[in-house]
Amino acid sequence: MTVLDSKIPQGPLKDKWTKHKNDIRLVNPANKRLIDIIVVGTGLAGASAAASFAEMGYNVKALCFQDSPRRAHSIAAQGGINAAKNYQNDGDSTHRLFYDTVKGGDYRSREGNVYRLAEVSANIIDQCVAQGVPFARDYGGLLDNRSFGGVLVSRTFYAKGQTGQQLLLGAYSALSRQISKGKIEMLNRHEMMELVTVDGKARGIIAKNLVTGEIEKHGAHAVVLCTGGYGNVFFLSTNAMGSNVSAAWKAHRKGAFFANPSFTQIHPTCIPVSGDHQSKLTLMSESLRNDGRIWVPKNIEDVKAIRDGSKKPVEIAEADRDYYLERRYPSFGNLVPRDVASRAAKERCDAGYGVNKTGEAVFLDFASAIMRYGKTEAHIQGLHNPSDAQVRELGEQVVRNKYGNLFQMYEKITDDNPYKTPMKIYPAVHYTMGGIWVDYNLQTTVPGLFAAGEANFSDHGANRLGASALMQGLADGYFVLPYTIGDYLADDIRTGAISTDTPEFEEAAKRVQTQLDAFVNNNGTKPVDDFHRRLGRIMWENCGMARNEKDLKQAIADIQALREEFYKDVRVPGSTKGFNPELDKAGRVADFLELGELMCLDALERRESCGGHFREEYQTPEGEALRDDENFTFVSAWEYTGKPSEAKLNKEELTYENIELKQRSYK
Amino acid sequence: MSKSAILKSSLAKKYWMGFTGLFLCVFLLGHLAGNLQLFMTGVEGQFQFNEYAKFMTTNPAVKILSYVTYISILFHAIDGLILTIRNAKARPQKYAYNKPSANSTWASRNMGVLGTVLLAFIVTHMTNFWAKMHFSEVPFMTADPEGKILEEPLKDLHTIVMQFFNPAENSMALVAVILYVVSMIAIGFHLSHGFQSGFQSLGFKNEKYKSIIDLSGKAFSIVVPLLFAIIPIYLYVIQVM
Amino acid sequence: MNLTLKIWRQAGPDAKGSMETYPVSDISPDMSFLEMIDVLNDQLVRDGKDPVAFDHDCREGICGMCSMYINGEAHGPGRGVTTCQLHMRSFSDGETIYIEPWRAAAFPIIKDLVTDRGAFDRIIQAGGYVSVNTSGNTQDANALPIPKDNADKAFDAATCIGCGACVATCKNSSAMLFTSAKVSQLALLPQGEPEAARRVQRMVAQMDEEGFGNCTNTGACEVECPKGISLENIARMNREFLKAQFTSEK
Repeated sequence: MTVLDSKIPQGPLKDKWTKHKNDIRLVNPANKRLIDIIVVGTGLAGASAAASFAEMGYNVKALCFQDSPRRAHSIAAQGGINAAKNYQNDGDSTHRLFYDTVKGGDYRSREGNVYRLAEVSANIIDQCVAQGVPFARDYGGLLDNRSFGGVLVSRTFYAKGQTGQQLLLGAYSALSRQISKGKIEMLNRHEMMELVTVDGKARGIIAKNLVTGEIEKHGAHAVVLCTGGYGNVFFLSTNAMGSNVSAAWKAHRKGAFFANPSFTQIHPTCIPVSGDHQSKLTLMSESLRNDGRIWVPKNIEDVKAIRDGSKKPVEIAEADRDYYLERRYPSFGNLVPRDVASRAAKERCDAGYGVNKTGEAVFLDFASAIMRYGKTEAHIQGLHNPSDAQVRELGEQVVRNKYGNLFQMYEKITDDNPYKTPMKIYPAVHYTMGGIWVDYNLQTTVPGLFAAGEANFSDHGANRLGASALMQGLADGYFVLPYTIGDYLADDIRTGAISTDTPEFEEAAKRVQTQLDAFVNNNGTKPVDDFHRRLGRIMWENCGMARNEKDLKQAIADIQALREEFYKDVRVPGSTKGFNPELDKAGRVADFLELGELMCLDALERRESCGGHFREEYQTPEGEALRDDENFTFVSAWEYTGKPSEAKLNKEELTYENIELKQRSYK
Repeated sequence: MSKSAILKSSLAKKYWMGFTGLFLCVFLLGHLAGNLQLFMTGVEGQFQFNEYAKFMTTNPAVKILSYVTYISILFHAIDGLILTIRNAKARPQKYAYNKPSANSTWASRNMGVLGTVLLAFIVTHMTNFWAKMHFSEVPFMTADPEGKILEEPLKDLHTIVMQFFNPAENSMALVAVILYVVSMIAIGFHLSHGFQSGFQSLGFKNEKYKSIIDLSGKAFSIVVPLLFAIIPIYLYVIQVM
Repeated sequence: MNLTLKIWRQAGPDAKGSMETYPVSDISPDMSFLEMIDVLNDQLVRDGKDPVAFDHDCREGICGMCSMYINGEAHGPGRGVTTCQLHMRSFSDGETIYIEPWRAAAFPIIKDLVTDRGAFDRIIQAGGYVSVNTSGNTQDANALPIPKDNADKAFDAATCIGCGACVATCKNSSAMLFTSAKVSQLALLPQGEPEAARRVQRMVAQMDEEGFGNCTNTGACEVECPKGISLENIARMNREFLKAQFTSEK
């Protein structure tokens, strides 16, 4: 078994990063000009990394499959970004952010990496403000904070419900500045098709120009993957339609280990599926759970009446409602972490209490919050004995100010007025904690290949806390990679430009072309999406919120069969030349069909429940997740050996020197 | 860059458009003040109007202003033409199906058309009055309302105007009234967009001033053309009866 | 629902395009507009025909990628929505729907409904940033208080998603709303102050160079903008540019 070296620096936790920065090698500014770096993906991690490299003097090529770097899916993040600034004087600190993140991750992340993340978090806010990111402020002109699930302090910085957008546009502006200086060559509508290694080192990529269909060879001294998560393996997720695993998967096939692939986050508050036509799911911010109460009817007759429309949800008496989160978790109530809330919703729906026609929805009700706020507001306005209608109106106004844009979004999609009738919500795939294995330097098991942001696995363990994804993406791109990549590149100052006229590049390009040709000449009968939907269903049913050995084994067999059918029967119209989105999709789904199997395999092998990974065989008598620290305190790093089913498991043991492992309890 | 920018930039063209347009609005007010004197009847009215006309044609300050006005009109028209041509080039392929009424007013989209109508009106208008006064034989007023002989006879523009809108003197009087009124409607539409647009182009509009500018614009675009239009109708009616 | 679609088909940048007619049936009113196109494309692929190319990504109204001119309006008849947020319940059974790409010289067509909006990126590259390196050694975020009103207005301007609906809907294909939103955001914040004059001059120059038309203040952009970016931003940019002309020494 390979021993994975995470390269965590020695010494006390709080000095590790400082010491490491002092110890690692630097590249002289004049030499940086001789070094090329390719950055794949332009989300928070990619854009910030590319901009930072270029500012330091490296020559950067950045790729994105969208028509502009500004469209990367980081843009869709709503809630906020955590930072241990302690502006609210509520006892926050680097250590507390570190602790919350490790605990939230159910003790399956690396102490060293998480501490560094917490340490640089404050700098992120400084940096973003300096760039002109318009965070929310109070009347004194200072930055405002809000609170998020799973923590006891207010450390989340936000820009209404569009924090991801504002942060990404900040990073995009830094990127644009370097493009205008000629330090970054930006390749829009380009997809990475293959990683090229020379003598075991990452030395470039094969990319496809999605407009012309041309296969391009790009050489570089290092390749950085910032390609996001792989939630789209489920077909339906909150990810963008184009989000894919292909770059990461190609790297995996070239030797990069894939860590914890089964760790997926299912977000509890999404708009339910409305029919077979559904192409994606929309998230409703976690902040709604601060005021909304989640329930289903107690009696199955009421459920039926609601489904057939003979009863309205507001007609169900208080005594006939089951506020199941408040019932099961009296101390945290509706604010339990995401994984717990999602599983509880599934439990009720599986028991037949789902409240929409597909049986997969629960209510998120603001009625009591509206009345509560309304009463307070009536007091403030000095109204004595206000009528219920008055109170409701005042309360609706307060709720509108807090969540107006989310309510509006809900109404646009569902045509239901959430002020008058409870919202219907259901969990949906949102984020993937797993990803490419990286060491402390964010380097993968392929020398010269780095991974940052959601694409790597490093910081969130088995469950990510709200508002931490943005923090990690920017931390990796702005403050970690710029230092650590130099340590690797210091050896390359005399290498000279990487030639792409080598057998390695030729072969890789040929392989890519062969696969593309095979797709368009396949003469199958079914479109790509047909297979993608079926894969998604297999994954959702067997490797979603609850998993068990029997189903996972079945899923592996099903995926193998589906993959075989895909190659036989997929129909890809058009040619390999020119703009052909169906062809691009085919390549991505081909990789998902392999990844899906590995996810099931990983879920099968991890015989414990932790964070987002819930194995039905491993639960407490009350139905809570049961972790097995003795046998599973490790990172599963999978090595590709030719077939997903034959992937080799390597274990990186996790050691906790600063935090005591405890069972999470939210009762 | 910046030296040529003030001439070449698309924004600079809009500044000139807005600036000349708003100047012409001021001119309209001045012109209207003169025209309103036509409501005064009798010899007193005739005398005052002609005195005013003399002042307007001889006072050096007014003369300079009038040249500025001519230049403004020309500049406004030429600049508008350049903008229109450039704007047409920005969309060589038109939409097969377009519904601009969903998002903008008719006037705002047809400033070029309205402007062309107005230019035609201005040319006709000047031929009818300004040119006649300057270049052809005109009647003179030799005495003031008290019967005192004037040292220098006044060009009797008042009579020219009255005759122009008198069907007994001018067979085309009714047509003239109608065309005049139509032109004033065109001005109204042109102003309904142009007034606030000028302020917008010059950067004066913000949260604080927007409503007052928009309201003034609406009022200006209705009141000013209306008052202009009433005069020929009034003159026509009193002379027919 | 059964519908008749009239869609602009154009094989490539230099090909001649035309409006083609496609019937679609069994459309649910709960579908988003793009899901309706998915249904059409699924059918076209199964029939061995070329599916309609269109830009889309997040399908939740924030990435700015989707861009259809539907029944004569950018992003269709809805207000405050992108194409992906438009739902079929906005249409009636039996209706004929016209679907065209953004039309502007500065947005050349790549295929069918897909255009190249690189001009927007180049406008931002011309100066839509604050020149600060990512050192992490900037001053503390709270060392620079910013009045809430300015911060809020800067945020409102910054919510632009760069979809190009403003250009598509403007009768002059003007990019003033887009450009002014970025100029405004940075003009309202003290961080953007040192470069304010240079920024507005460079961005306007780039905007002109890209071949966008001039703004004639029709206000159509504001109405069709899915994020409700205000015309005030255009006035502010006009002001900033004028100020830059008079105050800069170059």
